[in-house]
Amino acid sequence: MSVSETYVRYRRTLSEEPLAIGVLLVALWMAWSLVSGLLTGGIQISSLASLIWDGLLRGLIIGLAGIGLSMTYSILNFANFAHGDYLTTGAFAGMGTSYLVAGIGENSVGALLLVGAGGSVFGGALGIGVTTAPIAVVLGALLAGIVTIALALAIDRFVYRPIRDESGIALLITSIGVAFALRYLLQFVYGAGVRGTTAAGSVPRVNVPAIDGTFRVTAHDISLVVVAGGLMLGVHLLLQRTKLGKAMRAMSDNEDLARITGIPTERVIRTTWIVGAGLTGVAGYMFVLWKGTLGFNDGWLLLLLVFAAVILGGIGSIYGAIGGGIIIGLTASVSVVWIPSEFGRAAAFLVMIVILLFKPEGIFSGRTTA
Amino acid sequence: MSATDIRGRIEGLFERDVTLVLAVLGTLYLAYILAGVAFGYGLRGQLNSVANLTFYIGVFGMLALALNLHWGYTGLFNIGIVGFMGIGIYVTALVSKPPVAEGGAAQVGGFGLPLSVGIAAGVIAAGLFGLLVALPALRLRADYLAIVTVAFSEIVRFTMMSRTFQTFTVPDTIDLWLFTFDPTADTVGLGGGGGLILNYADPLEALLRSLFLWEPYLGVVAFVERNYIPNNPKPVIDGVAYGILLLVGVGLFYVLLSRTGKSPFGRVLKAIREDEDVANALGKDTDRFKLTAFVLGSALMGLGGILWYSSRGSITPPSFRPNITFFIWIALIIGGAGSNTGSFLGGAIFAGLLYEGPRYFKNLVETAFELGDAPRNFGEAMAGFASLDPMPFVLYTLDSVSQLRLVIMGVVLIWLMHNRPEGLLGHRKETASSVDLARPGTDEAPGKPAAADGGEER
Repeated sequence: MSVSETYVRYRRTLSEEPLAIGVLLVALWMAWSLVSGLLTGGIQISSLASLIWDGLLRGLIIGLAGIGLSMTYSILNFANFAHGDYLTTGAFAGMGTSYLVAGIGENSVGALLLVGAGGSVFGGALGIGVTTAPIAVVLGALLAGIVTIALALAIDRFVYRPIRDESGIALLITSIGVAFALRYLLQFVYGAGVRGTTAAGSVPRVNVPAIDGTFRVTAHDISLVVVAGGLMLGVHLLLQRTKLGKAMRAMSDNEDLARITGIPTERVIRTTWIVGAGLTGVAGYMFVLWKGTLGFNDGWLLLLLVFAAVILGGIGSIYGAIGGGIIIGLTASVSVVWIPSEFGRAAAFLVMIVILLFKPEGIFSGRTTA
Repeated sequence: MSATDIRGRIEGLFERDVTLVLAVLGTLYLAYILAGVAFGYGLRGQLNSVANLTFYIGVFGMLALALNLHWGYTGLFNIGIVGFMGIGIYVTALVSKPPVAEGGAAQVGGFGLPLSVGIAAGVIAAGLFGLLVALPALRLRADYLAIVTVAFSEIVRFTMMSRTFQTFTVPDTIDLWLFTFDPTADTVGLGGGGGLILNYADPLEALLRSLFLWEPYLGVVAFVERNYIPNNPKPVIDGVAYGILLLVGVGLFYVLLSRTGKSPFGRVLKAIREDEDVANALGKDTDRFKLTAFVLGSALMGLGGILWYSSRGSITPPSFRPNITFFIWIALIIGGAGSNTGSFLGGAIFAGLLYEGPRYFKNLVETAFELGDAPRNFGEAMAGFASLDPMPFVLYTLDSVSQLRLVIMGVVLIWLMHNRPEGLLGHRKETASSVDLARPGTDEAPGKPAAADGGEER
């Protein structure tokens, strides 16, 4: 390629892609302000490390929840707006179980199962935590997955399956109805209050030294990393070692073709819901365990970030969902270096919008479903 | 005359928009007035109740009509409505609020311009933000557009809540190149989480004054005070008058959107909805048409937001959660996307039955039966079943009606998508063609109304 050709090509990019140039300039400015902040001491390395750690954990939750959303999005071909409320359901069911296991005998079963609705029981008093009540936490995480699977299968059977052949938009609108019904049923049952769920004071923590200070890592951070990492690996193996992954790929390409090839499409859909909803429920439980509070709006508030992650990673790709989740989590946390903290989530949405504009197929596209 | 013939005639009657609208509104108002009688309301209470119903019919009707331009006509899946509403009313507040010196110390001031200027600015700002969203986003698939618009409306809400934009100090003089500008405002801003107090002139009063109807209006109020409602009837009458104003607004929206829909511009929009590639192939610059439609709809949504909140006394960011967007979507789907009459009817039915209805139902039950105190939480409600006593549960259910009405909305939406995705009047979705597409010879049997005219094929 000659010099003049290269020159012409750059000129064309400059005139045709003003947005791309703008994004590039913003990125340069961010890098410069970060470096200068670090050099002049305006930004501490330890606080940056703390933000990155926080963003990474947030990203793991988003990614874990995103796998399910990504799978149903690509196979059933609709954006499930009720996905966030599946996550909340898992969190409530799991926390109820944990409360029950930790506090049975001393408190009424109803109050425990309702996660202390109306201030009847407090998680802190029960000593909920991965070190203080390990059995309660493990059982809680299990139940969170199981209840969410049952819920997703029931909703699929009665709501989505009858209109399986409708357009993606019709299903999307229906899922908004599901989200409304589910979210406010949760509020009806569990109450509107946001409650503290863990004995935050008694969670073991270590201060990891960074260059000019320390950042804090708690036992709940570690357990989140272990659970999320383990489940992601498990899904990877499931889709690599079994025919399920191949069947799912075939279905997301062309459902009719998959059916006449002999793929039991309904069974694949059911398995998809089971895997996706299980991961979502556990993600909800780990989220609540990690942040220590629980409210009926939690999943809905997380949903848009999960969408951002899924779109960023490329719909249908589980690695994309994980990678996208981590990028979105990091964006939401670390962006406060450059902008006011209220706009962390806004920055994550902006990243999603920019990706949609320049690379709507996502950055990990081409590697759909395992 | 055969039975089917009579049925056809009746249905034909209902095909006429005016009859249908009057029938639906009449039923709603009758139900509310009867409920008021059951509550033992006097004239004041009845007027209050009717004014409240009219208000919600007005705002939901208006916003559903604006959404119909996006979704029903052009097929643009916008779920960021509440963002445009919020921009509209916040800009109006910013422009029209008096400067702090006049409004008290503890709050953010505004530029103190007349309300009409504020409303115009709000509508224009909503339209401009519509342009900002639409310019990049209209290339996207429908579901991506949905996610981008809802993310946009959340960004708007974060901005309203943010401390960064809470207050700004306006310099005493602004030097522009040739002339010096001396704004009256000292601090302006979005007010952060505390919101803004709308201490500008009452919108109703401003409008009536500009039409020189304020004195006659006060005369009417005095007349009512003398003859019907002693002691201070003005708030009630204000409410009714504002409701009527909103209905006039709905009428204007309807006329504007119907004319738009029937114009060559509107036919291109419908063609885009049906098949954008074909419209493109016929030489229409579909991007431009979509852009114009999106901006117009966003501006109308801004106006809807202004009319909804401007008489409210104050605005806070939590009012602008995406729930409102979904309310309007449910209204549109009840009425049927693609039909303007349907959009308004959907708004009215949503407002009367789903939005306000459950609360009235609760009040009715509470009036009819002497009920005790409701349990505080679900656990106590379920405890009654241990002794086979369902009453605590019933009481708790009634007490939670404000949450359960959202559950009902969700279930209604699911039911509609299963059984009647075209809504009440969606079958009358206007086709892109300006000529009758019905083929001779394949006409429906006579006597059957022209309902199934193939407007909706899927």
